[in-house]
Amino acid sequence: MSDRRLTRLHAHEMARGLRAGEFGARELIEAHLHLAHATDRALHAWMFLDDDDARAGADRADARLAAARRDGPAALAALPPLLGIPVGLKDLVVTRGQPSTAGSRILEGFVGPFDAHIAERIREAGAVVLGKTNMDEFAMGSSTEHSAWGPTANPWALDRVPGGSSGGSAAAVAAYHAAVSIGTDTGGSIRQPAALCGVTGMKPTYGRVSRFGIIAFASSLDQVGSFGRDVRDAAALLQTVAGRDDRDSTSSPVPVPDFLADLPDDDDLAAGYLRGLRIGLPREYFVAGMETGVEARVREAVSALESAGAEIVDVALPHTDYGLATYYIVAPAEASANLARYDGIRFGHSVRDGDVLADYLATRGTGFGPEVKRRIMLGTYALSAGYYDAYYVKAQKVRTLIKADFDAAFERVDAIVAPTSPTVAFPLGARLRDPVAMYLSDTCTLPVSVAGLPGLSVPCGLSDGLPVGLQVIGRAWDEGRVLRLGRAFEAITADAEWRRFEPTDLPALDDPSTPPPRVPSIPASGRGGD
Amino acid sequence: MASLSRADVEHVALLARLGLTDAELALLEGQLNHILDQYQVLSRLDTDTIPPTAQVIELENILRDDAPRASLTPGEALAGAPERAGDYFVVPVVVEGAD
Repeated sequence: MSDRRLTRLHAHEMARGLRAGEFGARELIEAHLHLAHATDRALHAWMFLDDDDARAGADRADARLAAARRDGPAALAALPPLLGIPVGLKDLVVTRGQPSTAGSRILEGFVGPFDAHIAERIREAGAVVLGKTNMDEFAMGSSTEHSAWGPTANPWALDRVPGGSSGGSAAAVAAYHAAVSIGTDTGGSIRQPAALCGVTGMKPTYGRVSRFGIIAFASSLDQVGSFGRDVRDAAALLQTVAGRDDRDSTSSPVPVPDFLADLPDDDDLAAGYLRGLRIGLPREYFVAGMETGVEARVREAVSALESAGAEIVDVALPHTDYGLATYYIVAPAEASANLARYDGIRFGHSVRDGDVLADYLATRGTGFGPEVKRRIMLGTYALSAGYYDAYYVKAQKVRTLIKADFDAAFERVDAIVAPTSPTVAFPLGARLRDPVAMYLSDTCTLPVSVAGLPGLSVPCGLSDGLPVGLQVIGRAWDEGRVLRLGRAFEAITADAEWRRFEPTDLPALDDPSTPPPRVPSIPASGRGGD
Repeated sequence: MASLSRADVEHVALLARLGLTDAELALLEGQLNHILDQYQVLSRLDTDTIPPTAQVIELENILRDDAPRASLTPGEALAGAPERAGDYFVVPVVVEGAD
């Protein structure tokens, strides 16, 4: 099979081909490495690709496939779904012997001394890690422009952002460099880039996935999740990494159901799930500043769900407007504490400048980028004597109200649908002048994060040729229902014209003269968003 | 809620152990005040009787046996150290007259 055809397969199609012996894991991985090397100059989705490690992983997968083939059909069927499948890891997943910088100069040269829990699980499942993907520094941003190592482009329009903070993971999947990838989501950092790159992104319930070995941003919000080019693929990766790990005391012992068992390949079967399903539509999510094309696509998606038998129920989430301020107090406060560990003494960037205080000031002043400094300043201020009650405690109280909104809505409905992002992908540089403009990128995802709920973004069409995402929100631990709804939406729109379009700028990525993505020069000033 | 003066910004930067240039301090003074203005929206809500939420999932304390388990070797732990001496991280003198 040609490289082009191999890289365009979905992970579940790759899995079938590997089991049927149509191609081997080594062939599959070589095709992806080749494409990634050939086209990443203009995309910059990857921080690094580890060819040798990926080839070794592919050979191990081929050995497992061969052994299972000798043992018969039952052994083949029992192989893990992602065996031999190419995966990208966001640059904040620590892996032994490989660099992880979290997009920051302060971790320049850091090599992981151990594997994150999810990296262990991915390797045990036989999936093949190709490398680490670009991201906003410490996951603070909505555009991947805050990476210390330069921005990532959007494969649909190379002069636009891929979203963020997991922009490299989203772009790599959209551009066929990997079938699936790992992201993290603190305020929207999986769902928003999934929407802007036209792929599927799943943030599970807070506590569903162990964060052991994940470089921390805001500990009461951070959660690991997955990207894929459809719901089944994103679900397979989530399934691989979900579940209790005693090295992360916030990872939950709540049992992980078999997500894939309820996500049929057959479209009619998948669509049947919608009959009688009660889906809430929150009026507060159709906010001022939402692009008309985005609103139109989301409303068309809601009509399609209704036509397929779902009952659409208007719900109120009255504290939605307070999500932004609540999040931008809580997350920076937690970040300011988490990032205190970067002291230039034990690992990473280090500047010696006289005494211990001077060392700290110089190391941190030169190691962190402008958005991270801004968040540390905000968080330090919000936690400082005299302001703790006015900001941090106040925000935690409003957090209670935001969560209560969702609790009340979920007494009436099984799931909620909403836009993922109020706009399509915006031009590189467009929101860098004003941090608050960047923060507004996440108005539709922040309240879900503040409440700790699972959220999925699935593509639901194009506006001006750029992807629009539909967000599906569920009760805590109800990822199964969220994924089934997403899969049902795929099924009822399987023949939609917009599904026939590939990312517009793939040919430009193929052209070796296309320059790397660049943020247009702007006056030194604000940056922001997650 | 308050607004931040240049002196406040400098004080917070010191608390946060961030060495900032004059240009960064000037920029942050404006930006932080603009962001703090956005926080004002929360004062519209009466939250006197609302309990704070520190984290959202219900979890009980989970204890494990206090048993030794494998951890990083000194070599692994020190592999990323900017400066080491034997099995130690080198830090600047923090106690006066310590030699």
